[in-house]
Amino acid sequence: MNLLTVKNLSVQIEDQVILENLQFELKPGETLSILGPNGAGKTVLLKALLNLIPYSGEVCWSSNVRIGYVPQKIDADRHLPLTYKDLFISKSRILKVTAEIDAISQRVGLTRKMLATPVGHLSGGQFQRGLIGFALIGNPNVLLLDEPTASIDESGEEHIYELIHRLQDQYKLAVITVSHDLSFVYRYATKVLCLNRQSVCMGAPREALTPEILEQLYGPSHGYYQHDHGEMSRVQQT
Amino acid sequence: MTSAASYSIVLALLTALAAGLVGSFALMKRMSLAGDVISHIALPGLGLALLLGFNPLLGAAATLFLGTLLIWGLQNRGTLTTDVAIGVIFTAALAIGTLVTPSEDLIEALFGGFQSLTLSSFSLGVLAVLGIVAFVYFFRHKLILTLFSPELAAATGINVSRFNLYYLLVFSLTVLLGLRFLGALLVGALIIIPAATGRQLTHTLTKFLIASSAVSVLSVAIGLAISHYYSQLKVGPVSLNLSLGPAIISVATVFFLLSLLRRKT
Repeated sequence: MNLLTVKNLSVQIEDQVILENLQFELKPGETLSILGPNGAGKTVLLKALLNLIPYSGEVCWSSNVRIGYVPQKIDADRHLPLTYKDLFISKSRILKVTAEIDAISQRVGLTRKMLATPVGHLSGGQFQRGLIGFALIGNPNVLLLDEPTASIDESGEEHIYELIHRLQDQYKLAVITVSHDLSFVYRYATKVLCLNRQSVCMGAPREALTPEILEQLYGPSHGYYQHDHGEMSRVQQT
Repeated sequence: MTSAASYSIVLALLTALAAGLVGSFALMKRMSLAGDVISHIALPGLGLALLLGFNPLLGAAATLFLGTLLIWGLQNRGTLTTDVAIGVIFTAALAIGTLVTPSEDLIEALFGGFQSLTLSSFSLGVLAVLGIVAFVYFFRHKLILTLFSPELAAATGINVSRFNLYYLLVFSLTVLLGLRFLGALLVGALIIIPAATGRQLTHTLTKFLIASSAVSVLSVAIGLAISHYYSQLKVGPVSLNLSLGPAIISVATVFFLLSLLRRKT
């Protein structure tokens, strides 16, 4: 049974068509990566899936779905006197669930001290781990992540991806993630959706991500090359 | 002291408590400017009511309600013109309010003053304060999430726009309560200055709320005492008019200045 079925999904903001006629499905435990250049509508797609913006077409979640969401960035005032402990408690009270805050914090690698530190005083990586912890409150069975490593340095990126994968195993989660990192896509994604307003490709990464598709997405100087074993990596731009 | 005067004092202190709580969230929501506009919008209603001879607070409540809807509409649009619109409404309300308010009542409408209260007005006021405190207490989790991230709050199932309206209405109710003794020009200051002081002194939410409320209540208490005992203070050749509204806000400002000297705990 599908956790999510999307049919003919289109989003128009003012007069501009952002997404056109998308169709895809997500099954329990799957990892769907959404790839696409800037402005392709990736974040808009996640917001439509969350019903945060108006759309046309069908977004059908299964009746038992519980969604955890990690947005790309938070515009919160960095000087807010709020800690992740406050935020975890608030979310659990609103959802009327008893969250094991200590256990969740441990799983995402937040110490008690970090949990009690105002969010503005945390490092980029700690802040992001907190957001993932926040998404886990309410025992979700699907996680939506919008470029979860966007505000983190390269060494931290790897940790975040490992964390997401570990959580996926522990919680038996389905994951939809917007990511630019092809190595993550090849390693963990069961499906990839290439997006450039319309769906450009859909399928298992090794089959769907051909050099032609990548060129179509990112242009001829996209900076990706194909490994001998068929994987694509990003070329370090100099 | 008459019981009517004590009602007034008790309600002023309770209002200060509400202002500290509501102001803390206003500060975190970065809406101190919108807050000032809301309080100024009370003036035309207050003036018209005085002119037409009915209860000025009813007139103020009417325009406050309209003003609240207006600010809410602007917030929802979220366009760059919001700043401009707020600036225009702010000054227009003051100008129109000043035009329509009878001149003998103008100073009090702008800067407040001490008025005795009937038992029924006092009871209504206490009910309003209880309503405000209950809102902050029961909806604190929603308040926290919406100010951290409206997007995450919406993803958690909160109707953020509607919730913002509720908050603005509670804010306006606080303004209405403070209007009686602080006037349209100064009531916004009791909501913002103690909160700014509390923020300066603390870095956890609970301590922040407690500090803001305490500073607010203390400012009103000291301001009441000063304006009662030293309403006409002579300092050398200068005669100071320490009326209630300015006295309270001056005390609150002194607390804020002192807080700048102190490191956060």
